[in-house]
Amino acid sequence: MNSVASFTVPTVSHTQKSSDGLAEKVSVRTLDFFYGDNRALKNVNVSLFKGHVTAFIGPSGCGKSTLLRILNRMYDLYPNQRATGEVLLDGENILQPGQDINLLRAKVGMVFQKPTPFPMTIYENIAFGIRLYEKLPKSELDGRVQHALQRAALWNEVKDKLGANGLSLSGGQQQRLCIARTVAVRPEVILFDEPCSALDPISTAKIEELIDELKEDYTIAIVTHNMQQAARVSDFTAFMYLGELIEYGETTKIFTTPNDRRTQDYITGRFG
Amino acid sequence: MTDMTLPSSQTNTPLYRKRQRRNVLTMGMAYAATAFGLTWLVLILGVLLYEGFSGLSLAVFTEMTPPPGAAGGLLNPIMGSLVMTVIAVIIGTPLGMLAGTYMAEYGRYDKLSSVVRFINDILLSAPSIVIGLFVYEIMVAQMGHFSGWDGAVALAVLVVPVVVSTTEDMLTLVPDTLREAAASIGLPRSLMITKVAYRAARAGMVTGVLLAVARISGETAPLLFTALNNQFWSTNMNAPVSSLPVVIFQFALSPYKDWQKLAWTGALIITLAVLTLSIMARALASQRK
Repeated sequence: MNSVASFTVPTVSHTQKSSDGLAEKVSVRTLDFFYGDNRALKNVNVSLFKGHVTAFIGPSGCGKSTLLRILNRMYDLYPNQRATGEVLLDGENILQPGQDINLLRAKVGMVFQKPTPFPMTIYENIAFGIRLYEKLPKSELDGRVQHALQRAALWNEVKDKLGANGLSLSGGQQQRLCIARTVAVRPEVILFDEPCSALDPISTAKIEELIDELKEDYTIAIVTHNMQQAARVSDFTAFMYLGELIEYGETTKIFTTPNDRRTQDYITGRFG
Repeated sequence: MTDMTLPSSQTNTPLYRKRQRRNVLTMGMAYAATAFGLTWLVLILGVLLYEGFSGLSLAVFTEMTPPPGAAGGLLNPIMGSLVMTVIAVIIGTPLGMLAGTYMAEYGRYDKLSSVVRFINDILLSAPSIVIGLFVYEIMVAQMGHFSGWDGAVALAVLVVPVVVSTTEDMLTLVPDTLREAAASIGLPRSLMITKVAYRAARAGMVTGVLLAVARISGETAPLLFTALNNQFWSTNMNAPVSSLPVVIFQFALSPYKDWQKLAWTGALIITLAVLTLSIMARALASQRK
């Protein structure tokens, strides 16, 4: 595990983190979630702040991915899943029935555990999402594609083969392609669901570096099983256990002087 | 064999030798069964090639079916088969794909999907002569005459279930993570299906259509009561139309040597066409990642 840590280039600055002056982008209030009759989240309250990374940690099955998938209502794709409570995005409750889900997902992008490029060319993977929302002349579209790929630190590796199939890239490159695809749609919030769990340490370091750069412009939430990763990339950390949010606070605090016994046990590797 | 790696104390036991004998026996039976199956296939293809190949000539593709004793070809049945197959595919493919899409995408969790799947499985294994009778009853009997359209519809009824089930199977193979990825950039469901899921499943879906074509191109029974047959060149789909399987059926049963020869040639043409389609379907399927 320590060898992974040595790859990390980003130095996460914890300077502008005085509790005041934080802009709340997403706030989750008294959220419950059900898979059928099974209550997977119990009265969760948490906030995501603009320009900051919030990490969700906890043992498998604790509900952290479930929570993330509520923020863009991904659970809507499946039957018998429902959420109660409030999730406010800029003060608007996204759980209310009239919410335009496609519009919400354009604002709240998501990067998944397994890289999921679309079965099309690298260029099309990016351009496809842009065309959904804007009708641009070719030259401008090219620029937007290039910008998104640069943002995802992939441009230099693919600029000569934009016509190649997205699936021909390596795992780490595919994941950055997915980040570029997400960024291209110009979201405000980006959700990362264990984005590095299928990647090798070098690719992982690149993605972490990227998250650190992206947080300037976006509100970021990341679910991770890797506690060093949470410590490296996040400003705030939430520890979840058995569907409850046990503790939430500044990452440095959670990892050095947690309030709850269970948090301490988890981060010191005593369970989970 | 592998017993080189085992100490002889283990390989010399009666139990081990018994297992070896059983292994040889089972393997022998498997080879024998395979050889048995392949023998018939090779014999069929061999006879077909021997009898049919000598009859192949340019005339087969340029002249009409002859009266007994005269020279002629198979142009009208070849043409009739082609036209009816193409129309059947044009009617059956969109229907099958839409139904398969409903089952795999929109109605995945609906009860109706399982009902449709069950009915489709019955339709898939329904004897084709029953389908022919059905179309005879609802179309031929109503209109009062046999026609090419009736034949094409009967074949379309055979195409639908094949396309429905391959479309559903292939779409089900598309991982949900890809659907979620499409949804995550705000893609509405219709575009997610047409632009992402179809693209991922394309090779398999095309394979399904090719298999459906292969299935109907040899069907005789559904055409007997619908398109009937036609001795002459006809492009009128409102009238009886000739087709290869029906001509083979008729000519092979006849007492005339030259008709029988043409039947063999027709059989060879159909077999080669189906073989080509199957190879294309295989090649497409193996292209999938």
